[in-house]
Amino acid sequence: MNSRITHGIFAMLLLPFPASASLGGDVTSVQTDQAKMQGSLRTSSNNTYTIHEIQASTGVAVKEYVSPAGKVFAVTWQGPFHPDLRQLLGTYFDQFSQAEQAQRSQRRGHGPVLIQQAGLVVQISGHLRSFLGKAYVPQMLPAGVHAEDIR
Amino acid sequence: MKRVRFQRFLYLSLAGAVAAAAGCSGTSSGSNTGGGGGGGSTANVQAITVNTGPTAAPPLNSPYINGAFTSVTVCAPASATTCQTIGGILVDTGSSGLRILSSALTISLPQQTASNGNPIVECLPFVNGITWGPVQTADMTIAGEQAKALPIQVIGSSNFPTIPNACTSFGAPEDDLSTLGANGILGVGNFAQDCGTACTMSGASNPGLYYTCPAAGCQVTAQSLSSQVQNPIVLFPKDNNGLIIQLPSVTGSETSVSGSMIFGIGTQTNNGLGSATVYTIDPSSGNLTTVFNNVTYQDAGFLDSGSNAIYFLDSNTTGMPTCADATFWYCPATTQNFSATNRGANGASGPVNFSVGNADSLTAAATVGVANGLGGPNPGTFDWGLPFFYGRNVYTAIEGQNTPAGTGPYVAY
Repeated sequence: MNSRITHGIFAMLLLPFPASASLGGDVTSVQTDQAKMQGSLRTSSNNTYTIHEIQASTGVAVKEYVSPAGKVFAVTWQGPFHPDLRQLLGTYFDQFSQAEQAQRSQRRGHGPVLIQQAGLVVQISGHLRSFLGKAYVPQMLPAGVHAEDIR
Repeated sequence: MKRVRFQRFLYLSLAGAVAAAAGCSGTSSGSNTGGGGGGGSTANVQAITVNTGPTAAPPLNSPYINGAFTSVTVCAPASATTCQTIGGILVDTGSSGLRILSSALTISLPQQTASNGNPIVECLPFVNGITWGPVQTADMTIAGEQAKALPIQVIGSSNFPTIPNACTSFGAPEDDLSTLGANGILGVGNFAQDCGTACTMSGASNPGLYYTCPAAGCQVTAQSLSSQVQNPIVLFPKDNNGLIIQLPSVTGSETSVSGSMIFGIGTQTNNGLGSATVYTIDPSSGNLTTVFNNVTYQDAGFLDSGSNAIYFLDSNTTGMPTCADATFWYCPATTQNFSATNRGANGASGPVNFSVGNADSLTAAATVGVANGLGGPNPGTFDWGLPFFYGRNVYTAIEGQNTPAGTGPYVAY
């Protein structure tokens, strides 16, 4: 599996990549993100999933969690700014955006984002110069992986 | 048409907010420098009011909970007549810079331009959304203090209606009274500018907060530190190293409470540190460390008057369920008491005792503008929002500024 990913990174250097989803998308979207963020990529894996960590030159670190089936089931980020959430959340961005706005009006004030829907969980906290975020699709977590493992 | 209607309700709510703000006299001003003769003290105390804010009035009928509001006077640079005092401005130690809704601004301010003459427009990412709008220049007066030629952000200007995709990729716009919850935000946090050195960079290192916007469309641009939207306190001639926020103790829910914002730390007889403990913060992130139940949350806590509750950890860790209808708040059956320890980078540490009540009960009445005990989940981190400030004097020292306890940034209480 590792060799397949290495192969994919090589391919990224040679080919233009189509814009594709990240969260919920397949592993090629990791390389799209890396290209967009102009960052360095580090890969690590255990028995149940692979983490691709992209360090952008803006100081934002993004981790994408990829299942054995090659799907991005979770993303996390940390840094002084937000990453491009439209790119990172992919097809889930609109759902996130609507939930964020609904929560804001219901909260009657400002505070961190905590979206807990059946098909999407998004948590964003912090302030400018220090943001922390996490998003995952509960149904896509590989067997034996818990939400707390995503950090 | 939509716009006309919108402006009308803003005027109404603005009037309400000004009337409600204690100690906020006068709705227009010429020069109120107030820095009396004799080289003595400056009037450095500004009233703040925690109440339901400008969104409470019709047609929004949406009372703000735990918002600290004040008023500021903005004038066209060097003008004594083109001035406006605006109430319903949220006091925010979690950000830096003055931002005003264009719909609340009735005077015209000069547009900041790049060296090629193109207007500068900003995309400012907050935790739960963005503000988009031009950078303009104003002389800002608050209490007896003045920040001359201050770059501010005007939010939601009709001159720049198209928000770049890269900006809304940070979050949804907060560009009107309904979404911002205030007529403006007065960012008086630990940082001197909103963005800092990252926005002075070119290319991929630039995070994309400042744009030049010729008619052809907006492009990210590098912005010098002095041109960035910045903490107005830094531009005060004196009392420019930070501020104190003073609010009374609160038990449960109230309609409104009054407090003060005192500018300067150790610069006058009314703003000494006294017995307050100084917690230095990480100079990059602005965070301190919080320990809870023997677990250390390193560099994961911050004091933020602009957050409307104490947002911390999660249901599993705190043992409190979230509310059924508002999953961003905790709803314990009975009020829970907690103790955490805040620790500065300087090693200073001290306990914080706080309680969390049932948010549904605390916020049930439409007249509630103040709710001590309002708490909510924030996995892995501690956002010490406005309830932390109740019953405390909270000092915010700005980066690079000298104070009797050393150079900022730090917080103290």
